[in-house]
Amino acid sequence: MLSRRALLVAAGAGLLGILLLAPSAMAGVFTPQAEGGSTNAEEIRILYNLIGVIGLIVFIGVEGLLIYCLVKYRAQKGTVAAQIHGNTRLEVGWTVGAALILVFLIVFTFIKLDDIKNPPASLNAPDGTPVSADGSVQFASTDQPAPPNPETALNIKVDGQQYVWRYQYPGDERVFAYETMVVPRGTTVTLDISADDVMHSFWIPALGGKMDAVPGYVNKTWFRAENEGTYTGQCAELCGRNHANMYAQVDVVSPEEYQRWYAQQVEAIDEAQQLGAEQRQQLEASQGEQAAQGGGGAGGATDDQ
Amino acid sequence: MTPITTESTALRTRPRPHILAKRVEREDQGWTSWITTVDHKKLGIMYLVTSFVFFILGGVEAMLMRTQLALPDNTLLTPEKYNQLLTMHGTTMLFLVVVPFWAGFGNYIVPLMIGARDMAFPRINAWSYWMYLFGGIVLYASLLFVPPEAGWTSYPPLSSKEYSPWNGQEAWIYMIHLTGLSSMLGAVNFVATIHNMRAPGMGWGRMPLFCWGILIYAYLIILAFSSLAATVTMLLIDRNFGGNFFDPTESGSVLLYQHLFWFFGHPEVYILVLPGFAAASEILPVFARKPIFGYKAIAAATAAIAFLGALVWAHHMFSAPLSTVVLAFFMLSSFLIAVPTGVKIFNWIATLWRGSIEFKVALYFTAGFIATFLMGGITGIFLAVFPVDWQLHDTYFVVAHFHYTAFAGAAFMIFASIYYWFPKMTGRMLSEGLGKASFWLIFIGFHVTFLIQHSAGLDGMPRRIYEYSEASGWQLYNVISSIGSYILALGVLITMINVVRSLKRGAYAGPDPWKGNTLEWFTPSPPPPHNFDVVPRIRSLEPMRDIRRQVEQQTGVDQQFQPGRPLTKV
Repeated sequence: MLSRRALLVAAGAGLLGILLLAPSAMAGVFTPQAEGGSTNAEEIRILYNLIGVIGLIVFIGVEGLLIYCLVKYRAQKGTVAAQIHGNTRLEVGWTVGAALILVFLIVFTFIKLDDIKNPPASLNAPDGTPVSADGSVQFASTDQPAPPNPETALNIKVDGQQYVWRYQYPGDERVFAYETMVVPRGTTVTLDISADDVMHSFWIPALGGKMDAVPGYVNKTWFRAENEGTYTGQCAELCGRNHANMYAQVDVVSPEEYQRWYAQQVEAIDEAQQLGAEQRQQLEASQGEQAAQGGGGAGGATDDQ
Repeated sequence: MTPITTESTALRTRPRPHILAKRVEREDQGWTSWITTVDHKKLGIMYLVTSFVFFILGGVEAMLMRTQLALPDNTLLTPEKYNQLLTMHGTTMLFLVVVPFWAGFGNYIVPLMIGARDMAFPRINAWSYWMYLFGGIVLYASLLFVPPEAGWTSYPPLSSKEYSPWNGQEAWIYMIHLTGLSSMLGAVNFVATIHNMRAPGMGWGRMPLFCWGILIYAYLIILAFSSLAATVTMLLIDRNFGGNFFDPTESGSVLLYQHLFWFFGHPEVYILVLPGFAAASEILPVFARKPIFGYKAIAAATAAIAFLGALVWAHHMFSAPLSTVVLAFFMLSSFLIAVPTGVKIFNWIATLWRGSIEFKVALYFTAGFIATFLMGGITGIFLAVFPVDWQLHDTYFVVAHFHYTAFAGAAFMIFASIYYWFPKMTGRMLSEGLGKASFWLIFIGFHVTFLIQHSAGLDGMPRRIYEYSEASGWQLYNVISSIGSYILALGVLITMINVVRSLKRGAYAGPDPWKGNTLEWFTPSPPPPHNFDVVPRIRSLEPMRDIRRQVEQQTGVDQQFQPGRPLTKV
């Protein structure tokens, strides 16, 4: 009897331990992914685990009571059901008890909310210069506030289109990228998320929660990745036939590499624009010729090119 | 427990009109009697049979999706076919299965429970049924063309003319209009019936809990479906008549649709489960041979859930651009709704406590419902915390959560109700052996299918994707889930066989096979067209128990079945 109880206690403690500590191997099976990504994803995981522990206790307690009643009070020879109609004290008791658990969860959520919702200061600017921690005053707001020292943060406009993500970087160079976002490690990245056509939802699990990309609205979220690496996700809102293939990826690189990549993009975009301009001129010229010939099938001929 | 209402003295002094029958005509059973009927029992059976047919269709759609997802990069279904299937599955299960299933049980049982001759408006009742049937036909006729593929929520802009140019979307809107009107008229009918046609002596405090559930279900339908009717009409105008309610390029608001839709959508989930809760509150006391624990608390909790259910809609939109104040409000209101739900679960368990539980199939399904629904309730707490929902929203975690609540609250309780009331409707018993086999297959199949989906969601698998790559690592979750769905389907199949077999070969049930508490067991099985030769005066919540006691006193013969004693001789 003792050994069985000891076993139960051990199993319970083990489960609690798994939920509380939740090593990264367990992420994705029992608790949300966060593995070394952004602090907001970590905080969400802690919140999730706390609810998980309370939920597990409630689950075991209530299911245990149900199974106990079903087994203990099954109809047997000579059993007579007690004719009880109710008990007001018991009713009030479990109403208040349930409410208290929820009050606890609410308080804990609001304690955690600041760290999840409000972007912190960058550890270093996009060019790698360290940022001092002064002036990091956070304030509650109905909207996402700017991070402290906003000039050291990176604000990227995320735009959902059927079926690709477009990232617009700040700056006069007007650098943009599709599908893969490259960011420097340690810099706070704030995202302004919107969509061009239908609704999408931008989500990289290890870098925090998802935010819907709603045409006509700008939705905000942020992340600050402290480890270099590749973080993947995909569109989370049904956006049409190829919703399943709308991937998103964030490559977190060292500040130096980020600068290199940025310069490369500037060059590549310039080249592409020049090439595009040339092609446009050629096209216009050929269209002009065809229009001069007055051919009815001019449109079809253009498409063939 | 049973206060004397002032109403009873008024009823005693008022002369009650009654009809004297000289002979009883045999009921016409030809097919014309079915299509011309206004009888609540025939309409109830038509509702149930039609809903079951749609349940099979929705189930086949689910099986196709699960088969597609069993393997990574599967090519069984094209993306558009998959999107059509997920849209048809959700729409079918919500609008053509669960709501009309409860309308069917309500139609059949409520007038019998309150001692009425029929529903208040029998012709409107028939009209409701036919609108529902044709609504379903309209949606399924789109299979011949291009079915809708914007999901059962049909969010614009995806559902707008620009991104869904096919008229399957129009068929969807038309189906919502037809079944919505059907549900609303049916709801008005329930409200009028329950308010006005209760047996003498049946005050609000003596009304069976199933009638409480149906009454509040009806009020919620009137509230929620009118919002939905307006919303889909706006979508119709946007699509066809140049409206811009939801078009962001013309200053319309995409979020407006979401608010309006979920103002319907969240009460809708309580429309699905409250009658299931109510059926559990009828079935548990009968098989525990014990009165329901905390009748008033359960009735009050039902009303509280309905009220709060209308105040939580934006928790479906936590990742939409909303301010923190709004998010916090909807988190708190969603938490609040857990309290009355918890009260109900405790009351059900307390009803079993110190009972003498008869393990009939209806009790199996009811116990399975409580065990399963509890898990759906707990995952609901995770989702109500909006920062956590930012990770879980629109993933398979949510798919698992709402199947744990809706499949448990609706499907498990629909099966329990079938096993409980089938003898009343047909005069025959269903096979207990087949029923128990069916229960275990459904129960195990359900948990194998959906428990693992929580993990798929936590591992980053979004909803509504037609394929996933091998590199995603989601294959194991999906294989397990698909295997579970086949087990579940087998369980449903066994109940179908059971029903068909028992119609001809089931044991005779007699008027009261379970020794029930409520008035429907006072009539023969199946009840005659006029239901009651005489309506007894109601003196408590359990009129059948009073009647049995009275028979005992008048005849001087001890009844075989006494309160608290086992149903079967042991």
